[in-house]
Amino acid sequence: MTQNPSPLLELQNISIVPKKAADRLLVNNVSFSIEAGKTTCVVGESGSGKSLTALSVMGLLSKQLQLISGKVLFNHAGQVQDLTTLDAESLRKIRGHKIGMIFQEPMTSLNPVLTVGYQIGESLTTHLGLKGERLKTKIASLLEMVGIPPSRANSYPDELSGGQRQRVMIAMSIACEPLLLIADEPTTALDVTVQAQILKLLDELKTRMNMGMLFITHDFGVVADIADNVVVMFRGEIVESGTKTQVLNNPQHPYTQALLACVPDAEGKKPLKPIDYAWLPENQTPAGVIA
Amino acid sequence: MSEAILIANHLVKTYTQRSGKFGFGTTLIKALDDVSVSLRAGSTLAVVGESGSGKSTLARCLLQLQPLDSGEVLFSGQDLSKLNGLALRAMRKDLQMVFQDPFASLNPRMRVGEIVGEGLLIHGLGNAHEQQQKVIAMLKRVGLSESDMQKYPHEFSGGQRQRIGIARALVLQPKVVVCDEPVSALDVSIQAQILLLLKELQQEMALSYVFISHDLRVVRHIADDIVVMHQGKVVEQGLVEDIYTQPNHEYTRNLLAAIPGKKMAQAA
Repeated sequence: MTQNPSPLLELQNISIVPKKAADRLLVNNVSFSIEAGKTTCVVGESGSGKSLTALSVMGLLSKQLQLISGKVLFNHAGQVQDLTTLDAESLRKIRGHKIGMIFQEPMTSLNPVLTVGYQIGESLTTHLGLKGERLKTKIASLLEMVGIPPSRANSYPDELSGGQRQRVMIAMSIACEPLLLIADEPTTALDVTVQAQILKLLDELKTRMNMGMLFITHDFGVVADIADNVVVMFRGEIVESGTKTQVLNNPQHPYTQALLACVPDAEGKKPLKPIDYAWLPENQTPAGVIA
Repeated sequence: MSEAILIANHLVKTYTQRSGKFGFGTTLIKALDDVSVSLRAGSTLAVVGESGSGKSTLARCLLQLQPLDSGEVLFSGQDLSKLNGLALRAMRKDLQMVFQDPFASLNPRMRVGEIVGEGLLIHGLGNAHEQQQKVIAMLKRVGLSESDMQKYPHEFSGGQRQRIGIARALVLQPKVVVCDEPVSALDVSIQAQILLLLKELQQEMALSYVFISHDLRVVRHIADDIVVMHQGKVVEQGLVEDIYTQPNHEYTRNLLAAIPGKKMAQAA
């Protein structure tokens, strides 16, 4: 997948288990890489381990979970660091500065008692030491960049719509011009028209700032619009990965084929099809799935 | 063309919102602004629009879950908005609803058997044994089993819970079912199953659906007629094929253009 000897981010053999059940692999031996200026989409159903994989990059796994093997190699300032070996202090310097993250729920991921301007400014003060007028100007320019009038910096999150809050989240995550942006289903809670705007915005920012992007979604329509490379996950494992055209137009794995087949098309030509688990061994068919 | 089973004429619903400094002022928000729709018997009418367009308010006003400011909702010759509580309750047997969030719409402290059977109990349909038989039959029909009656909602996945929600609505053998975004909280892989189930049940039980959705890809597959709403007004309505191939209103064109995956569909 990569010609470049050291891509921006490389995940090597990531495995995650719950601490209480060490034989249950939630993420099993996952490896892929992200290049600067490219978007890698991780696609899968709920429970496939796509969000856990993203959290493990940032060292944000819940205390009940454990990373049992694997390396997260992050290439910045000419050196490659394994993020899994860093202590909390050095990780904190990378988070929000070199790696930005956008979460799924714009309604719950902002602090309701702080103005959005303050929340955007927080990481700028922490990481870049910006203060006073310079901080204000920077916040205003960030808000402008994501398409919100700079005067809204004094608004509280509840005064903004869902789409605007997600824009604020994006402004926060790109404030320090990160090299890598992790977006965990950033548009799932939004309307289609707003979704289209946000996707366009992310794509522009990616190109302008030459960011690598790890984009998590379950919507193949979104994948088609934004991805360069695609990784398909099923039950904690990667079943297929490749460029967007390879995976979407010529899927090799039966799971990818089945998942693609059940996406409804806007033309209504293709009949609706429930997901087909026929390719799984019989004893592994998921419970509760009625064919 | 079959005749209309549910007709809504000139519905108006306004909310007041506090505004200004310390919320001393009030602004009126027109959630429904002179909305008229009609549902043909045995067909599916989709209502699409963004959040805030008034589509969920329309759903709730059709079933009189919220009082209307003005307008009438005609169902089997009666104006629902004029009925008193008792008469309306009797009428609700024929008008059911499937909710959006399968995690919030089921009482976590009731067993599935109780949830599905509650409607039968309220409407006093049959004795206890008959009610139980109906619940079992309905659960089986939506793809669950008899033993699931004793379980609590948290023991089920999102898709299964939505099946419970459907069973609860359909066990009363209603004529009209309002589905408020029934698949938007589900994975793509589960969506198709639920949509197919809804379609099958529609044929078997001669149901008419009002299907609220913001996903135009889903609507294309399930609807016969479509109503596009924007800021409380109906901007366009007609047959699904017509609207998708020849949208007349600017807003409809925007909605259609925003469907993700257009690029891929054109390339393929």
